[in-house]
Amino acid sequence: MKYLTFATAALLATTFHVTTAAAELPQLTVYTYDSFVSDWGPGPAIETAFEAICACDLNLVGLGDGAALLARLRLEGARTQADLVLGLDTSLIAAAKETGLFRETAVRAEYTLPVDWADPVFVPFDWGYFAFVHNRDLTAPTNFKALAESDVSIVIQDPRSSTPGLGLLMWVKAAYGDEAPAIWAALADNIVTVTPGWSEAYGLFLEGEADMVLSYTTSPAYHLIAEQDDSKTAAAFDEGHYMQIEVMGVLAGTDQPELAEAFMAFMVSDAAQTILPTTNWMYPAVTPAAGLPAGFETLMVPEKALLIPAEEVPAIREEALAEWLTALSR
Amino acid sequence: MAHRALAISTKAGIGAALSVVALITLALGAVISRADAGAGLGPSDWAAIRFTVLQAACSAVVSVLLAVPVARALARRRFAGRAALVTLLGAPFILPTIVAVLGLLAVFGRGGWLNGGLGALGLPPVSLYGFHGVVLAHVFFNMPLATRLLLQGWQSIPSERFRLSAQLRLTPRAVFLAVEMPMLRQIVPGALALVFVICLTSFAVALTLGGGPRATTIELAIYQAFRFDFDLGRAALLSVVQLALAGSMALLALRIVPAIAVGGGLDRGMPRWDARGGAQRTVDLGVIGMAALFLLVPLGAVVWRGLAGLDAMPASVYLAAGNSIAVALASIALLLALALPMAGWIAARGTGGMEAVGLLSLSASPLMIGTGWFIVINPLADPFALALPVTVLVNAMMALPFALRILVPPMRDAVQRYGRLSAMLGLQGWRLWRVLLLPRLRAQIGFAAGLTGALSMGDLGVIALFADPDRATLPLAMAQLMGAYRMEAAAGAALVLLALSLGIFWICDKGGRWRAEA
Repeated sequence: MKYLTFATAALLATTFHVTTAAAELPQLTVYTYDSFVSDWGPGPAIETAFEAICACDLNLVGLGDGAALLARLRLEGARTQADLVLGLDTSLIAAAKETGLFRETAVRAEYTLPVDWADPVFVPFDWGYFAFVHNRDLTAPTNFKALAESDVSIVIQDPRSSTPGLGLLMWVKAAYGDEAPAIWAALADNIVTVTPGWSEAYGLFLEGEADMVLSYTTSPAYHLIAEQDDSKTAAAFDEGHYMQIEVMGVLAGTDQPELAEAFMAFMVSDAAQTILPTTNWMYPAVTPAAGLPAGFETLMVPEKALLIPAEEVPAIREEALAEWLTALSR
Repeated sequence: MAHRALAISTKAGIGAALSVVALITLALGAVISRADAGAGLGPSDWAAIRFTVLQAACSAVVSVLLAVPVARALARRRFAGRAALVTLLGAPFILPTIVAVLGLLAVFGRGGWLNGGLGALGLPPVSLYGFHGVVLAHVFFNMPLATRLLLQGWQSIPSERFRLSAQLRLTPRAVFLAVEMPMLRQIVPGALALVFVICLTSFAVALTLGGGPRATTIELAIYQAFRFDFDLGRAALLSVVQLALAGSMALLALRIVPAIAVGGGLDRGMPRWDARGGAQRTVDLGVIGMAALFLLVPLGAVVWRGLAGLDAMPASVYLAAGNSIAVALASIALLLALALPMAGWIAARGTGGMEAVGLLSLSASPLMIGTGWFIVINPLADPFALALPVTVLVNAMMALPFALRILVPPMRDAVQRYGRLSAMLGLQGWRLWRVLLLPRLRAQIGFAAGLTGALSMGDLGVIALFADPDRATLPLAMAQLMGAYRMEAAAGAALVLLALSLGIFWICDKGGRWRAEA
């Protein structure tokens, strides 16, 4: 009996504690992709740094990969609990705006992106080049055609749920245009499996399930800096490499507009931009005062960068997705 | 038949049946009304349909082909642990799919034991992803089921026939052709059809081992249209396709599926003079040994890796385990509330209601129902907030046909034996249930509850549509850990899930038999 009394008291105390804490601090709910909130991702450091200055409770919610985030928002519609979405990219901006769920922002910064940024709704926080990552001992093909002819196995991501997967679709389309279906048909036998998100694919590659994985030119930096392992490298493709600019945006229905703006301003500030390169393993959107971390200078820099303008993506995506599905379902 | 043998209130039974039918037709109506027929089926949709049928056919054929020698060997041999092995054949029924997939990955995956062995022999590795992985997982689940069905067939052959064959000095081959083959001809089509229908609605296996456009089942395509594209029209259209396909197959299967006997091992003695040769003994023992290894090694891998992974589990796993326990208990309660009155109604009236409901639940896939209800709920309330109640409802309905098959025969028995007496004594309503029916059905109620609890505990279906980190169940949390490639933590969660599933089954089943009068 005494135990029960104690337990009830303890339970009451914790409930009370939680409710008072929640009542005191405004909560900012941010939907993002899985790898952002993982223990080794930027989530924990970003949360600590922002909560130190915002007098708020930052609630990062991981929901699959980037493209699945947008589908989730569409499912939830205006009823969504999210104040802000972090982790869409240039390929999804037009589709995201079409939902009418986002509001314009006043946050601007001195971006060091390879392109000019003037979008009124979305704020970029990092960027990178897509590339196939492999072990250094593999003689990697130097373009998609050579890859298709080789027996090198690859893991890629589903373009419907994952931003790298969608990026690859755009990459092949930007490089080959109408020839893209033939490229996909030829690549089909190299593909071990198609995963819903980046984390699954990269995990399969690390486990040895495939020779190469679709990731970023910056991914080898993780192994180099975090694990002192220089056995991973990115394959340089002579068609050029497609770029990804990752963005965040505030939802129109948010009840914390000021806090959301403050968070976005923080994300492009020096504090957050120093965290991102060595946790999200991407190039910062605004190069921090201290420059890039040591090790980034060893990364392969593509000679040619490809990027389809955001407003042209939806039409191309639809066509490319149909081609991709057709080629890979044979 | 105008007179009733027993005063079982048919109102409750009809009410329960009607609510099940209403819930399914509501989902169906919503799905049909939203189906984007104008868009038609694209090449990838046809590929999904092709893949679904092909993998189901392949899984059925392989499962049954492998089951024939295993069942034959089990029917011919008596050895220590045979009863345990026959019981084990029932285990995949209550084993969470995702746990089995993890076990299979540990054995057959690229980094698994098999490839380690192949690598040591200088052979190229095999991959578990895609068509053969899906088929392998389905065989793992359905070969034991097929074996049990066939074993029943063997046990049903009168032992006199074997005695006669021995007197006639028939060769083993002749015995097979004259005695065993006719039985197989009766049982095999039903077993094939049953496994085929089960594999048609496969979701969790395809989600974890398939997924690319080349290895997508219709269920998975519904999920993708829903979660990736938010294309309710296409999800609804695919649901209609799934319903038509599974419905027609279920209709066919119900006609030819042999009744599934439940309970412990079949171990009636049957001397087999034709199987005394040393070579035959070796073959039989080899077959049994291989089958046992095929079932036990992946389970062993789950336990082995799980023990190492228990420390690595994040706190979210415990939260999810709590959700799963709550969902399982609620599913059991709901199932009993639906199944008992329905069983009473069917037993008293002897209608074909059971078949109809079974057919409806077999053809209505969880994801189709989930999609339908999402369409209905979405304008009214937040479907994500209702994720767990919806899961409970779907799980209870999926377990309903099994539960009815378990409950109706003893219910019919009780009605036939005690119906007139209790009618004379004026027993009716709750007292009738308490005094007559419940005590007589305890063992079966416990078994049905245990089955429902285990199925519900391990279910990864409709919850994936409505998934939410706060409202994840344990199988979903495990899938997410696997997705984030936290294999150690996933292995720990798998062990917890395995323990919970087997635990809830064991408690219910034992509870039903404990000090049972009958």
